[in-house]
Amino acid sequence: MTHVVVDPVTRIEGHLRIEAEVDGGAVKEAWSSCTMFRGIELILEGRDPRDAWAFAQRICGVCTTVHAIASIRAVEHAIGATPPPNARILRNLIIAAQNVQDHVIHFYHLQALDWVDIVSALSADPAKTSSLAQSISDWPLSSAKYYTEVRDRVKAFVERGQLGIFANAYWGHSAYRLPPEANLMAVAHYLEALDWQRRFIKIHAILGGKNPHLQSFLVGGMATPVDPDAQASLNLGTVAALRKLVAEGVDFVTRVYIPDVLAIASFYKDWFSIGAGVTNFLSYGDFPLDDGAQPQLYIPAGIIHNGDLSRIEPVDHAKIDEYITHSWYDYSVGDDKGLNPYKGETHPHYTGPRPPYQRLKVEEKYSWLKSPRYDGAPMQVGPLARMLVAYGVGRPTRAKELIDQALKQLNAPPAALFSTLGRIAARAIEAQVLVESMGMWVEALADGMARRDYRIQDTSKWDPSSWPQDCFGAGFHEAPRGSLGHWVHIKDGKIAKYQCVVPSTWNAGPRDAKGQPGPYEASLVGTPVAKPDQPLEILRTVHSFDPCMACGVHVVDATRRELARVRVS
Amino acid sequence: MAQTKLMLELERQGVSRRDFMGFCASMAAVLGLPKTAAATIATAVETEARPVLVWLEFQDCAGNTESFLRASHPTVADLVLDTISLNYHETLMAAAGSQAEDALEETVRKYKGKYIALVEGSIPGDPDSGYCTIGGRAALDIAREVCGSAMATIAVGTCATFGGIPAARPNPTRALSVADAVPGLKNLIHMSACPANAENITALIVYYLTLKQWPPLDRYRRPLFAYGKSIHDGCERRAHFDAGQYVEAWGDEAHRHGHCLYKMGCKGPATSQNCPNVGWNEHTNWPIGCGHPCIGCAEPNFWDVMTPFYQRLPNVAGFNTDKWLDTVGIGLTAAVAAGTIAHGVGEVMRHRRGPAAEEPAGADKNAGGQAGVKK
Repeated sequence: MTHVVVDPVTRIEGHLRIEAEVDGGAVKEAWSSCTMFRGIELILEGRDPRDAWAFAQRICGVCTTVHAIASIRAVEHAIGATPPPNARILRNLIIAAQNVQDHVIHFYHLQALDWVDIVSALSADPAKTSSLAQSISDWPLSSAKYYTEVRDRVKAFVERGQLGIFANAYWGHSAYRLPPEANLMAVAHYLEALDWQRRFIKIHAILGGKNPHLQSFLVGGMATPVDPDAQASLNLGTVAALRKLVAEGVDFVTRVYIPDVLAIASFYKDWFSIGAGVTNFLSYGDFPLDDGAQPQLYIPAGIIHNGDLSRIEPVDHAKIDEYITHSWYDYSVGDDKGLNPYKGETHPHYTGPRPPYQRLKVEEKYSWLKSPRYDGAPMQVGPLARMLVAYGVGRPTRAKELIDQALKQLNAPPAALFSTLGRIAARAIEAQVLVESMGMWVEALADGMARRDYRIQDTSKWDPSSWPQDCFGAGFHEAPRGSLGHWVHIKDGKIAKYQCVVPSTWNAGPRDAKGQPGPYEASLVGTPVAKPDQPLEILRTVHSFDPCMACGVHVVDATRRELARVRVS
Repeated sequence: MAQTKLMLELERQGVSRRDFMGFCASMAAVLGLPKTAAATIATAVETEARPVLVWLEFQDCAGNTESFLRASHPTVADLVLDTISLNYHETLMAAAGSQAEDALEETVRKYKGKYIALVEGSIPGDPDSGYCTIGGRAALDIAREVCGSAMATIAVGTCATFGGIPAARPNPTRALSVADAVPGLKNLIHMSACPANAENITALIVYYLTLKQWPPLDRYRRPLFAYGKSIHDGCERRAHFDAGQYVEAWGDEAHRHGHCLYKMGCKGPATSQNCPNVGWNEHTNWPIGCGHPCIGCAEPNFWDVMTPFYQRLPNVAGFNTDKWLDTVGIGLTAAVAAGTIAHGVGEVMRHRRGPAAEEPAGADKNAGGQAGVKK
């Protein structure tokens, strides 16, 4: 038995440590630990609820819109504000752009180097690379000349001897299986994606002033004025710019990202049966399509138990509890009890080893993440959960269509999606579904302009004197990495308590009171490890979740009443 | 001009000499240098050996890292990253675990006193607290060692610069800025803002490569080229402020036509940064440009002193104060606002003519916006 420690897990957001027992060439047991805490929920107490989105937004600068969205929804729910159609449409565009851009960056810049050997790319034949690229896509940057240039650029970089961010990696590891030509194609697209993400995210600059940390959110709506007859507003010039950026997004996802994922997956098909872990899935659903109190959601909500896609259950938020049995917190009710976010507590209390340390005390408490459970069960969240729920309910039809298409091409059954590679494929498919949907919202924005609908914010609820003296709210959102919920208690116009249960807490949390491991921990069991001192395969499975540890900070709430109505909007 | 190694490489990457000079010109613009400086920058970037950088992340959100990835003029900025040897960056590096830590250790040993450390995120004051460990080591120990052996340290973003959001009231983890966590660092430069603008980070590095010295700093150790002027002074909506034309409600006619956001809580008058000039995401937009007030993110303790964000700053010169003063309730002192506004137009150029200090001073906190400048 070899004890493997991966700390820091790099190419993620935040600070994650994995410890694993490896025996007989595979992981027998694994522990996931978040090693950073800031306490932003505590910092929010006593503040103006209209400011909360900006604070919450700083939980994460990678998924830089998600906590702002969940926060304004929670406050709106509490005070009874209703965002007008323009605000709903702008938010849908911002959320979709965030998901698409994040998924592309994740694949190329955070995940790909687990599957792509840059050093091997140096021995690629550019002509053969060109043939390979042209056989999977009609993307124009695919000539032998182009690939010669890319190869020579990488070669020159390597020969200079300063490898920078590419130094000390696992190049040449036996688990790398792509031919040199596929490696070279992927390296070229790594560089292209770096350029693409900068351009595509201008959608956020147009709608939010800047990225990261967009600055156009408002409780009750958005701060970006809409007026086809004003230069300082979103107008038809903006619509034209958005159309162009969306079209470029569709192009890149369809002709580069999806073909690359399918091509790389075809060399690693055994990873469709590795890394399933927890097969309960949760999606809160998102992208409201109308302005009612219970809007239809473009990406549907639902619960899947034990991988049974034939039965999608509705989500009941009252069934969410968090455990701290193995987390560095204390509960007044005892550390073996779970608490619903509305009754949650956060008393940070570090009892881990004194730094510097070699090993965590995994039999005791070992993470800053709590362990959220749904009806007592661990749940996996993220693009795979959303795409499986969509597949199960049959909507949006485009999701089902693309999933079936991918499975057919890879000659794999739907159950193959419960895997490390399944998470990667589902993320790509979701990017395509969402980038294609953006055009619909751009046109809806233009339609509003035609009607001279200038409303962007519910001005009737801006003044705190219009709010109930004591109110509670919850806001739900599907972030790139999965289901996100914020809970807020507002008293006398100030935040009394604030709590977040975030995607990476669902996925990366430690064991609970019953000893049930979280999705990271469960999915690592059985993951092969050829060389324990170079645990490349562990990175593959962990990265397939797209870890975002800064989001794992916690949380406080000590409210006394049940949520009367939880609105998913 | 002889073909340098860099130009050969640029050409191999499909970057023309013209594009490269365009990049150098845009850098000169960010730095507030005359157009002729572009040639100097080009020479410096082309001939300089690649400096070694390490980028540390502590109590952070990776927002500054993401911002860095958005550096404009992508092809050449990409190359400039190539021109720098980024030996450690958790979010971007291929290696993980012990191999990643080895890369950092080796860099600190091999390039002792010669590398540049960039720090993102605040640092818990108590190393035993467990609030931030990497590879089992406390953030404070890592910062002491890595920044302590660096030739210069750049605190990127408001958390590293001033403590930022983790240090906001009640500062549950006793989070500290780099300056407070590791006192006495030489060549410490602050690139505040939440996040820092990619253009300014890149410009700072090019500044050093070009002039072989660090820039003059303001009283908060921030380069004057980026923080030498208030948002209010550079704002495209300033004429509306002066004319008394204000947004009164979200989406009203004044809002749609780009009038002043002061009454909606804009902190531009109390905030120094070059957002109005350089914009964000390749000049696409900036927060006030999209209709939302400035929140003052480049200033010390802005999470406490600039909030509530939607309340007006008191006593801003030029505003019809007697009419509105009765409804103002913000806790920010008028002195802060007035003091920052005093950073006038033209200061940047005035400072630039003087030779920059060998070591960025900024130490003299009584010197207003002029620390570190020797004439």
